[in-house]
Amino acid sequence: MAKMNYRKRLIDFDKRTVESPDGETFEVNPMQDYYCDAKPKVHPPSKIAPLETFYNWCRAESIFILGFGTGCGAIEMRPLMGPMYDASRFGVFWRPTPRQSTVFFIGGYASVKTLKRIVRSYEQMQGPKWVFAVCSCTINGGMYFDSYNTINRLDHYIPVDVYVTGCMPRPEAILDGIDTLKKRIKEGRGEGANKYAKNFEWYKANQKKIIKDWDMPDYNW
Amino acid sequence: MNIVYAVATIFITINYGLVLQGIIGKVYARVATRIGLRIYQPYINIIRQWVTRTSINHGIMYYLGPVFRFTGGGGILIFLPVIYGAPFFSSFSSAGDMLLIMYFMFLGTLGMALGGGESGHPYAAIAVTRGLAQTTAAEFPLILAIFSIVTQYQTLDVNQIVAAQQGSVLNWTLFTNPLATIAAMLAFLGSMMRSPFDVVLAPQEIPIGPPTEYQSQFLAMLMTNRTIFPVAKTILYVNLFFGGVALQDSWLLTFVIFFLKTFFVYMWSVFVGVSFPRFRVDQSVRWFLKAPAALGVLAIIFVQTGM
Amino acid sequence: METVLKNVRDRYNVLHETHTHGVFITVSPNDVIGLLAYLKNVEGFTHLVLLTAVDWIEENQFQLTWLVNNPVLKQEMGIRAFIERSVWPEESVMDSAHHLWPAAKTYQRELHEMFGIDFPDSPEVNEPLILEYWDQLPPYRRDFDTKKYSEETYFPREGRYTRDPKTHMEAKLYAREGKKQ
Repeated sequence: MAKMNYRKRLIDFDKRTVESPDGETFEVNPMQDYYCDAKPKVHPPSKIAPLETFYNWCRAESIFILGFGTGCGAIEMRPLMGPMYDASRFGVFWRPTPRQSTVFFIGGYASVKTLKRIVRSYEQMQGPKWVFAVCSCTINGGMYFDSYNTINRLDHYIPVDVYVTGCMPRPEAILDGIDTLKKRIKEGRGEGANKYAKNFEWYKANQKKIIKDWDMPDYNW
Repeated sequence: MNIVYAVATIFITINYGLVLQGIIGKVYARVATRIGLRIYQPYINIIRQWVTRTSINHGIMYYLGPVFRFTGGGGILIFLPVIYGAPFFSSFSSAGDMLLIMYFMFLGTLGMALGGGESGHPYAAIAVTRGLAQTTAAEFPLILAIFSIVTQYQTLDVNQIVAAQQGSVLNWTLFTNPLATIAAMLAFLGSMMRSPFDVVLAPQEIPIGPPTEYQSQFLAMLMTNRTIFPVAKTILYVNLFFGGVALQDSWLLTFVIFFLKTFFVYMWSVFVGVSFPRFRVDQSVRWFLKAPAALGVLAIIFVQTGM
Repeated sequence: METVLKNVRDRYNVLHETHTHGVFITVSPNDVIGLLAYLKNVEGFTHLVLLTAVDWIEENQFQLTWLVNNPVLKQEMGIRAFIERSVWPEESVMDSAHHLWPAAKTYQRELHEMFGIDFPDSPEVNEPLILEYWDQLPPYRRDFDTKKYSEETYFPREGRYTRDPKTHMEAKLYAREGKKQ
């Protein structure tokens, strides 16, 4: 093995006893206290078809995108907020926290380091949730296809609903992709969260294959 | 029967608030030369949050936070004479007075602080400290102004305050006690969560304030309250300073007056909001404790000396 | 610049000099830190622009380059040193310059991670910078086959093909004229 004697982890996740300012002592188990590691469940759509259609229409018409720029393609989100393309007239808004957003906008190449954060953010989003991947890099690696540190296919790690090709795609193409996503949701085909829960083991195995410092529970909503 | 009226009042206010939110979103967008969202977009946003399939609860206080917030907004509303003299819209206004309403105004913030604190997110904790500091500073000139008009009218009952302003436009507090009105209108900006005092909830700052961890139905509850609370507050201001909304001969005319008054008082915060950039918390606290607080003190002196 | 070079030549054993694209001087690895300290403290090269490495696999050497800048006289100078290229998992060793410029520690962390060049005593040099807990041959070494690694690790999507740019453009542009040359 290499001579590199890396410190084990940047944050200590071992069990330990902590003394509070009042003098009490109590045990802290960060893996359980800081995260919840319950496995994801499949949440089937409502049984009443017209109701589900209405819900899906609402979901499609009010898209909250997670403002997490994961790559160079994220720069194409900014014109969409501005007066030139103005996505808010189509019901597209940006939220700064994964808890409140429903669409994950993967902007371009995802390095392994970013992928770890992508997986965590994705799992923290509340279902039903969708992934919107732009740029060639998320599809087949794009110009980074032979990079030692950039993933090639995003759909092996999280379920992707819509791909937009281009390097980078124009904002018009992204608006068109949002239209496609809306159509998918309205037709009831946007069940990425359930797909993730169903094939959880497979996705996890793929993620763990490349993320070397797995210092979190398997699922940390 | 009052309960039915109160629920109906809250329901109508929610709808009015949602439409107002759409209009204001449009105003903001047009100022930025955008086309802007659809007027009915706030409705979809709220329904969309209600029908989220999963949600996470972080504890009892986290659960109660939105409830407290809703109680704050709804409480102000049902203890106010929304339309003075009408049985329908006054609900419980004879049962509560100014002190109760002032209490309700702070209840929501406190509930949010406790709920956001229990979510365990560091951003929520920072935003709670910021929010409480700013809200407290903004309440200070408001309370001075309310002291002033309470001594002016010698009553704590909102109904009587409104009654004293009837008859002529010149009977409004705006003209009988202008200093208190100005102080209170400046304090109004601080509690509407619009620029320049929106550092607490602004997405570009430490995101997104106390509700960082709130999602799904919890967030829907908060969004509902965010439509009620500003409207309730606006109605309070209309009652205290702009003569209230008295029942006219026809209901239509009453509603027209109601919407005009609340709309323009609400718009005051929007006009300021689109024109001025954001204050930091220390700046806004200092700002509230200077001119508005001084005006409030002057208003009390003005009333006491009978000038 | 000439006076600076003259002073350096007087004090240190300069192995090689080039003036074609800026001034680059090569010294032995043992002299480097002393030379950098001299340039910083006496000659006014107070700004470290960058520290980088080149893998000369054929010569079995790593070339380290320090680029320093004199912000007053607007002069720039490169200092090169060749150190022996170790066979992985052994690491090449070089002296650290973090006591001259605290920012050097970041460059040294990067070189440690990407090339496997160790800088003993440099703070945090053993902590991961970009690659989190990389456990293989450092990826910037030229014997690391990045395409093979990518194909083994990252599930390449089928259907990607490459064309030779020359033949492809000839076929596309001059199809009617027949094959040129």
